Amino acid sequence: MESVNLDTRVAALWRVESPRLVARLVRLVGDLDAAEELAQDTFVAAIEKWRREGVPDNPAGWLSTTARFLAVDRIRRRDTRRDKYHLIAATTPRTVEVDLARIVDGDLAQDLLGLIFMSCHPILSPDARSALTLKLVCGLTTGEVARAFLSPEPTIAQRIVRAKRTLAAARIRFELPGPDERPARLDAVREVVYLVFNEGYSATGGDSWVRPELCSEALRLGRMLAGLTTNDTETLGLLALIEIQASRLAARVGVHGEPVLLMDQDRTRWDRLLIRRGLALLEQIDRLHGTAGPYALQAAIAACHARADRAEDTDWPRIAALYDGLAQINPSPVIELNRAVAIARAFGPQAGLEILRPLRDHPAMRDYHLLPAVAGDLCCRAGDHEQARSHFLRAASLTTNTQQRTTMQQRAAQCTTHTGPE
Amino acid sequence: MRYMLTHYETEAMAKGVKPSPEQQAAIGQYMQEMATTGVLLAGEGVHPSSSGARLEVDGGNVRVIDGPFAEAKELIAGFVIVEVGSLAEAVEYARRFALIVGVERIDVRRVVEFSDLQ
Repeated sequence: MESVNLDTRVAALWRVESPRLVARLVRLVGDLDAAEELAQDTFVAAIEKWRREGVPDNPAGWLSTTARFLAVDRIRRRDTRRDKYHLIAATTPRTVEVDLARIVDGDLAQDLLGLIFMSCHPILSPDARSALTLKLVCGLTTGEVARAFLSPEPTIAQRIVRAKRTLAAARIRFELPGPDERPARLDAVREVVYLVFNEGYSATGGDSWVRPELCSEALRLGRMLAGLTTNDTETLGLLALIEIQASRLAARVGVHGEPVLLMDQDRTRWDRLLIRRGLALLEQIDRLHGTAGPYALQAAIAACHARADRAEDTDWPRIAALYDGLAQINPSPVIELNRAVAIARAFGPQAGLEILRPLRDHPAMRDYHLLPAVAGDLCCRAGDHEQARSHFLRAASLTTNTQQRTTMQQRAAQCTTHTGPE
Repeated sequence: MRYMLTHYETEAMAKGVKPSPEQQAAIGQYMQEMATTGVLLAGEGVHPSSSGARLEVDGGNVRVIDGPFAEAKELIAGFVIVEVGSLAEAVEYARRFALIVGVERIDVRRVVEFSDLQ
């Protein structure tokens, strides 16, 4: 007995089939709007037919054939309109006789890659890219995209419409970027994947500190991209990084929904399958000699934690060395702060404090609570409880998060007991 | 959510008949597609039970029996693990598998994740 009702099946089929349908359709007809409309028409036809006759054994095949038929029909009608126009204008149409049979069955991988490049086009803002990509490449409905970004549905609908309009106005059609353009375009795609992932990994909005479903979508995109751009080491690095970070999702949230820091996590709760995938990707990157890219370096750092069964087994000298490399190619105060932590763990608190010192004057760090939080921790470990206390109090005054403020105040109070008479 | 799609030995597989080149190509294409669309997490096939063993546990006593085992249709021939949004989606991926390879049965089972145990 077929147990699932038609609506459920159609919804599942949309999610599974619509990305590849839209990808192929956009290659055939050129613009996203028309492609999406044809995909929707295909599903409308399917629902009508299947309601009467039942779902065929191969619904995917039926959808694909129907979509192709509708696309060819639309191209023919467009050509006819053009011919008629030329007839009225008494001009000779340029022959655009395309061999439809030849172009309709393309390569799925190429189609999907083209669709990804289009919806992640750098002409769009990162927000617009993310919304469009989740909708078209991941097959989410506008409502689902809205829920993913905790935004009202009309806002997201607007954003998607505007993005498509921008692409159309700039005459951006389906095409695979050539070798010169490709690295920059891939950067724009990776940015979207990492943005979506991070919004799930450290949610900036909502009640929950992590939103795993958003991480899942980012992982799916990353896996897709890695599969489509074989041997692109930075894409593999990005995927390795998010696979390993995602392996900690369950351990990252405490029983009361509070964040649990990496060093305090119950490592038996880490997802071994994702760690294995991440480590395998790093081996692949190694074989391809791509270990020096920024994503690959960050993935290698994440892997050092993943390999340590207990927090005290962490290979801090290696992490410090990787941060040295990352700071060279991608200098930023946040990386510098992380480097200070790693160096302190590897070579003692004084070595870490020396890296922190110049950061205090950095404009981006002036009001950043993590700088005094780290400084406090290092001073504490160096035995300078007086200094530590003032750092912790400053960190407490800078953070807007209640949970973090409490933690910082508690640590400041602990310093006082140290400085008191022994 | 993660689902494990398992398929089972057929009489032919149990006898050691290797999949035809066409079947192998179809399986390869299916796996490639699952990877391309970003849903595949892992997947393996296993040899016929003649090269395996079974452990039967009875009241704390463990008995090891070498293969082959008679009930071919109950023996796993391979599995894939996919990450999808719902059971219905997993079923659609299984359906593609059933169409391509012509196996006789596929089970779709939800994989236990840590969040299920809390």
